[in-house]
Amino acid sequence: MMFGGVFTNSKTAIRNLAVVGLVVLLAGNYADWLGHHILVLNVHKMLFFDNFGMLGNSIAIAATLMLVLLSGRDMEKVGHNLAEYYALIFFTLCGITLVTTYNSLLMLFLGIEILSIPLYILTGSEKRNLKGNEAALKYFLMGSFSTGLMLLGIAFLYGASPTGSFVIDDLWTAKPAVTPLLAAGIVLLLVSIAFKVSAAPFHFWTPDVYDGAPTVFTSFVATIVKVSIFVGLVRLFDEGFSVNPDQWQIFVAIIAAATLFIGNITAVFQQSVKRMLAYSSIAQAGFMLLALLSLTGVAKDGILLYAAVYSAATIGVFAVLMRMKDYTFEGFNGLARQQPVLAATVTIFLLSLAGIPLTGGFFAKYYMLSSVVSTGKYLWLVIFAVLCAAVSVYYYFRVIQAMYFKEGEGTTEFAPSAGFKGLLVLLAAVVVLLGVWPNLLLGQLQHFIYTW
Amino acid sequence: MIPVLFILIPLVSGLIGFFLKSARAARGWALFSSLITLAVALWGLSVGKDSTLLKASVEWLPDLGSRFSVRLDGLSTILSLLVAVSFPIIFIATWRDEYRRPWNFFGLMLLSQAGLMGVFVATDALLFYFFWELALIPVYFLCSQWGGERRIQVTFKFFVYTFVGSLLMLVGLIWIAWHTPGHSFAMEDFYAMRSKIQANDQMWLFWILFIAFAIKMPIWPLHTWQPDTYEQAPTAVTMVLSALMVKMGVFGLMRWLAPVLPEATWAWGDTVSTACVIGMIYASLIAIKQDDLKRLIAYSSIAHVGLMCLAVFATTSIGMQGVMIQMFNHGINILGMWVVADLIERKTGTRKISQLGGLAQKAPGLAILLVVVALANIALPLTNAFIGEFLLFSGVFTSTATQYNVIFTVMAAVTIVLGAVYTLNMIKRVFFGEVNPVTSGVTDIKMNEKVALGVIVILIVAVGVYPKPILELTQQTAEFILGKMNYKL
Repeated sequence: MMFGGVFTNSKTAIRNLAVVGLVVLLAGNYADWLGHHILVLNVHKMLFFDNFGMLGNSIAIAATLMLVLLSGRDMEKVGHNLAEYYALIFFTLCGITLVTTYNSLLMLFLGIEILSIPLYILTGSEKRNLKGNEAALKYFLMGSFSTGLMLLGIAFLYGASPTGSFVIDDLWTAKPAVTPLLAAGIVLLLVSIAFKVSAAPFHFWTPDVYDGAPTVFTSFVATIVKVSIFVGLVRLFDEGFSVNPDQWQIFVAIIAAATLFIGNITAVFQQSVKRMLAYSSIAQAGFMLLALLSLTGVAKDGILLYAAVYSAATIGVFAVLMRMKDYTFEGFNGLARQQPVLAATVTIFLLSLAGIPLTGGFFAKYYMLSSVVSTGKYLWLVIFAVLCAAVSVYYYFRVIQAMYFKEGEGTTEFAPSAGFKGLLVLLAAVVVLLGVWPNLLLGQLQHFIYTW
Repeated sequence: MIPVLFILIPLVSGLIGFFLKSARAARGWALFSSLITLAVALWGLSVGKDSTLLKASVEWLPDLGSRFSVRLDGLSTILSLLVAVSFPIIFIATWRDEYRRPWNFFGLMLLSQAGLMGVFVATDALLFYFFWELALIPVYFLCSQWGGERRIQVTFKFFVYTFVGSLLMLVGLIWIAWHTPGHSFAMEDFYAMRSKIQANDQMWLFWILFIAFAIKMPIWPLHTWQPDTYEQAPTAVTMVLSALMVKMGVFGLMRWLAPVLPEATWAWGDTVSTACVIGMIYASLIAIKQDDLKRLIAYSSIAHVGLMCLAVFATTSIGMQGVMIQMFNHGINILGMWVVADLIERKTGTRKISQLGGLAQKAPGLAILLVVVALANIALPLTNAFIGEFLLFSGVFTSTATQYNVIFTVMAAVTIVLGAVYTLNMIKRVFFGEVNPVTSGVTDIKMNEKVALGVIVILIVAVGVYPKPILELTQQTAEFILGKMNYKL
């Protein structure tokens, strides 16, 4: 991909190369999952390609494909190095595959680093934009700091595990004694990953970075990267620490409550749709944290469903946002009159983000809530989450109201092509389909496990 | 099969309706579709009680323990019949109302009918919740797009208010489902839980579920969204809200709350009944002072539904039967009132009672039909509402669930008197008296309105004189619900 940029200056060719690459990746991933291997590597138990991870991969790759198809042109407007941008996205995907299928903490660290560094570059890719430079620097500094914390936590866990191993399976089977070392390791890991997914109170970098980065890359970071790290997070706590939940679950509950609260309340006050979406992604992350509190089968199904639905909906909204002249709420006024297809699909995406039945977002939230209720603990958090979801209706519906019920000149920069509209309709159809039949996605978890 | 048809017909025709391109085609299509639903409803009435046509159950979400199962028993039959009868009347009565982009309007109306039908026939709790929310979305768009001046804020308040209630209800439903042996949402499994949920759990579960229903009905003090929303919504939508959506709340009480949490229902019955009675008297007093026709009818609606809720918590067989009948009757009667309000607004351009007068001289046909409907609102004997209210009052009076039954009955009876005050006052000032410049241009009602009002009046008198068929429908279900509430069985 990177070297494609050497050979050709044609933007369409580069974009097509990226699309082909993604399709090949997706197909390869799926084939691998079903058991047809192109090449077999001995990974020494460091990676574990189970159904959960493979489905997570597929969702990430498919969502990236959607993103490239919908917003490819917007990437061209960012700068001159189009091929490098795609290359960086592919590198990030590589990191994502490590994060979803790791079995060793070292692999987790590697994966997070591999996916973060290209993102720092992508954030600052609008070289002449001061806000972009500031965003990239902030992201880089705080990201490196948190990765350092992660490494320290991993070292503590290594020290605390009886057999001295990085493999998280061993942490579980060996049932280590709950020493302060172990607890410190868990907390440090939790904190550093909470930073990466912008959970409160580690979210302060998020609005500036999301706002300063080019919108297409914000879309990438806020959806695909975030949900993939969540998949990794669930994997970590499920395989590693589910035996002694009392140590860390209360932390997660408090972080989730804070995230929901801060994300929703600040999103209410935003005037720019882009910043509103940034804060709303924080709020959605709060919901995804609920899965950590129960770690049942329902929770794991739920996190994958949430990943798929949330990515689809947010990518769709961002894709339309990038076409608008004006990023504020008033900029959407009267869009339904000018571009009915766009307005209708954006409405479906927003309804899904709010959690209205008939859209996939409802089932995603439902799985989260249901998994926590089934444990019988943390009911206060469930009720709090539900009230926050009601608050979120306010800012999502502001956009719907602007589009349909207000008169205005809401227009797009240039008329969207039929292909763009068709893709949006397809994405909206996927969201609604998952809202009626979530088993379409979750049934995929029944495939055979690929053992290394 | 039949309940599935109830949902499918309006759903499909609603989706098709969005693509029609002329006002006449849209109106005609909507009316046609609602008449077909009515025909299916009448067919359902004629089928034997244990026929397999009256139920359907399909796999939907096995991991979550939820099936797509629907059934028509006495309670759901009455309510789906109400929906099936109401929509044609609504479409006929508002035939002459003008809307921008009417195909969207009628498409959304049909979608809301599908949602309403789904709520009433669902026997699976998750499906019930699904349709509960689904009925809300078309109404949100209908009110926000075609309503009065303050429609956007008012509808949004209505939406968020109702949404908070529904989300809390969802949490409660999930909790109960997870405590059933098979993690299932089926109604029968929920009923089986009634003796297994601990008393202290029942206490807070009751409120979580009840808040959603209380907001829907509405019960004082959660009623503040209602008068504004009824006033700002286009009248056809107000008819749907007032005649049908309100019944979702009462239905929820009878189907999903009282039989599942009987201990809590007994325990909290007094608190809820007090709130109901306060709401009834408060709403009636405010109705007397209203100048806007729509707000007057809105407050009167609060009073009527308060009585129904009171009777549910009185837990007597007569009371339960009365609730079921009165749900149907109130739906029909309030439809009549709204039709008149819509007519008056269209013909004179104003809803203010103080500006109207002497309409009876100009529109005698309307006056005759209206007086019958208004008398039904007051529950005069010979009208259907009398049957309903008589049963309700008997139920409350003979209730053994509360020691305040006499007080409640007396207070509720006071609201009947107040109801007579504001209704007759309204008739006097709007219809009788001197003709003034505003009303001098009024002509008598046309055919479509005559048909709509005529049907309503016929139903009022027919059920008022011969309520036996409906009573038979309700008896079995009332016994069934009460049986479940006696949790020791």
